[in-house]
Amino acid sequence: MPTYVNPKLCKNNAKCMEICPSDIMFVNKQTNLSYNLEPDMCWECFTCVKTCPEHAISIRPYADISPYLSEVTVLRDEATNRIRWEIRYRDQRTVKTFDFVIRTTPWGSIPIPSGPDPSDPELQSELLSGEWEELPHGSALSLDSRHRRT
Amino acid sequence: MNVRKVDSDILVIGGGMAGCGAAYEARYWGKNLRIVIAEKGQIDRSGAVAQGLSAINTYVGTQEGENTVEDFVQYARGDVMGLAREDLIYDIARHVDPSVRLLEKWGLPIVKDPKTGRFQREGRWQLLIHGESYKPIVAEAAKKAASEVVNRAVITHLLKDRTDPNRVAGAIGFDGRDGSLLVFRSKAVILAAGGATHVFRPRSVGEGWGRTWYSPWSSGSAYGLEIEAGARMVQMEIRLVPTRFKDGYGPVGTWFLYLKSYATNRLGEKYEDNRERLRPLVGSYADAKPMPTCLRNHLMIEEMKEGRGPILMHTEKVLDTPEKVESGWEDFLDMTVSQAHLWASQNHEPADRPSEIAPTEPYIMGSHAVNAGAWVSGPEDIAPKPYRWGFNRMTTVAGLFAAGDAAGGATHKFSSGSFAEGRIAGKSAVRFVLANAHHTPEPDSAEIERRRQEIFQPLENFHLGRPYITEGTVSPLYLYPSQALKRLEKIMDEYAGGATTWYTTNATMLERGLELLTMLREDLDLLGAEDLHQLTRAWELTHRVWTAAAVLRHTIAREETRWPGYYYRSDFPRLDDAAWKVFLISRYDPAAQTWTIEKEKVLGLGG
Repeated sequence: MPTYVNPKLCKNNAKCMEICPSDIMFVNKQTNLSYNLEPDMCWECFTCVKTCPEHAISIRPYADISPYLSEVTVLRDEATNRIRWEIRYRDQRTVKTFDFVIRTTPWGSIPIPSGPDPSDPELQSELLSGEWEELPHGSALSLDSRHRRT
Repeated sequence: MNVRKVDSDILVIGGGMAGCGAAYEARYWGKNLRIVIAEKGQIDRSGAVAQGLSAINTYVGTQEGENTVEDFVQYARGDVMGLAREDLIYDIARHVDPSVRLLEKWGLPIVKDPKTGRFQREGRWQLLIHGESYKPIVAEAAKKAASEVVNRAVITHLLKDRTDPNRVAGAIGFDGRDGSLLVFRSKAVILAAGGATHVFRPRSVGEGWGRTWYSPWSSGSAYGLEIEAGARMVQMEIRLVPTRFKDGYGPVGTWFLYLKSYATNRLGEKYEDNRERLRPLVGSYADAKPMPTCLRNHLMIEEMKEGRGPILMHTEKVLDTPEKVESGWEDFLDMTVSQAHLWASQNHEPADRPSEIAPTEPYIMGSHAVNAGAWVSGPEDIAPKPYRWGFNRMTTVAGLFAAGDAAGGATHKFSSGSFAEGRIAGKSAVRFVLANAHHTPEPDSAEIERRRQEIFQPLENFHLGRPYITEGTVSPLYLYPSQALKRLEKIMDEYAGGATTWYTTNATMLERGLELLTMLREDLDLLGAEDLHQLTRAWELTHRVWTAAAVLRHTIAREETRWPGYYYRSDFPRLDDAAWKVFLISRYDPAAQTWTIEKEKVLGLGG
């Protein structure tokens, strides 16, 4: 389903439109509010739901397979690197909550890769970056002498 | 018409797992090179892993002594009934473990076994991860590596060198947001675009049309771009029909492998034990261990056809601890939230009752348990001579490299193997660029002009045709991409072995399908797009139609049923090793606009 947008919460920041992998979240230029332009190309991936800072977007599951009234809500936090899910059943009594880690390092902490000069003979080998550091351990790559260019 | 020219040494098309790996590795070895990523979506959440994943399906465990690289080659080759490039699989397998450790170093949470401190195994090759942010983590590395990421870049065609029609010179397309014509010129191009959903009609209807198992934005661009550029293609006849939880398409791996659940027919019988049913179709392959995925499908399909469905996954037999319950739900929440939502909407309690599983519609891919894609040159140290004509992972078009869904022959890459293969292609492209430093390919300006007109024609068609109707979607002058897509899906479903024929086809059906597809191909000239969103859909559809054309021609050529459970040739119902243990390689000649199909020997390592 598709996603739907709460008009009281949407602040027209277009973040859903920027991020949607399926290119279906758009801002209506008359109302200045976001909406799902093509619900039958929605994967229910929750990307826009997780991204919207106003929590304006929800998902009502595909009408052709899902009975009404259940609800799945999510809070994803890059400061604590946790994601919290709440699943509310159609019966309105059963509620399941889950809390998972999403990352073990701070956002932005991956270093820019920097390798040797183009003249370095390793460029002509089958080794990828960082792999020779693992070679002393032996079997890491199965790159024994048979597989090394000399 | 605004035109934006972007020059680079290496252009990466598609910023998914393979494309991000390619950009990272290319930057490492090509510190002074200009590396550009062209991404159809927004790279932080694009590609098939946009939603996340709950497992890494390829980790060999050589350092841990769990498996050897050769073990993995044997497993992957066996799962596609012997038709795989061992050299390419071996290459991925030797690089995939360090690639997974790199992902862990970047911050991907991989579950550890508390007793051994090693990665927790889900199955023999699989690891459990907390993978909700898998894609944005990998994208962070790629963004740092790339000189520039062009998001919302809809690549429609590759560009050739004006002096050499078999050498890539870049790519062309448009900006899905401002409508600029995008002209990329590059010394090398790494094609890492997606496999193909929505070539066959999905089982879902209405709103659920988008709930394909693989992401709906995987529009076969890998194949559409390769085929039209004249690259040789392999294994375009094999399709993946994954078994998944019915309708929500939740993954079954964690349930089968980690939670040790099992499936039965409605009578409670474990139908997979009945291997003897396979022997008349596939001979000694019936004894293969583990049982190839297509054969497991076949046994399930037979149960359903004979009226012993539904097929039930017995979740209720295994959810005996809170940890297992949590693993089961996280499996869905990390990668297929729809399945969790479906259970909630149906008041389904997995600890109390079993859940239906079923075979999906077919998919064309190079990254999962099948190996469609471009025919690529193998690694120099291990590839048999006939499989080696250029740098590793270069297609038969000079300067054009492929990885992930775009590269055929290797199988069982999944996310980690696609990432590793992207890294391999990234380094290889750097070697190509440095070895050809003297030559900068230049696209033909007449070709750019011709493509420009072609790219925006659907907007023109709509503009011209619109005044001839009052309102609505019915016009005699143009058709919408979604209307043509439905025709494509119906043709492929009914004539090429889709779900509604129980994956069955034959020469007569395929020839009829090709006839109808040819008319659809002609009708693409009439596509109408009222805006840039529709224009994006028009080009996604065009790539899907190219993919379908190759699928039909390959399926016609292979006169056997190689993969029962994926598709059946009713006129050649058995596997036939004597005549058909070969690859089929197709090529579309862009100048003559004709197709050829040849057989190629299946050679082992060093063979």
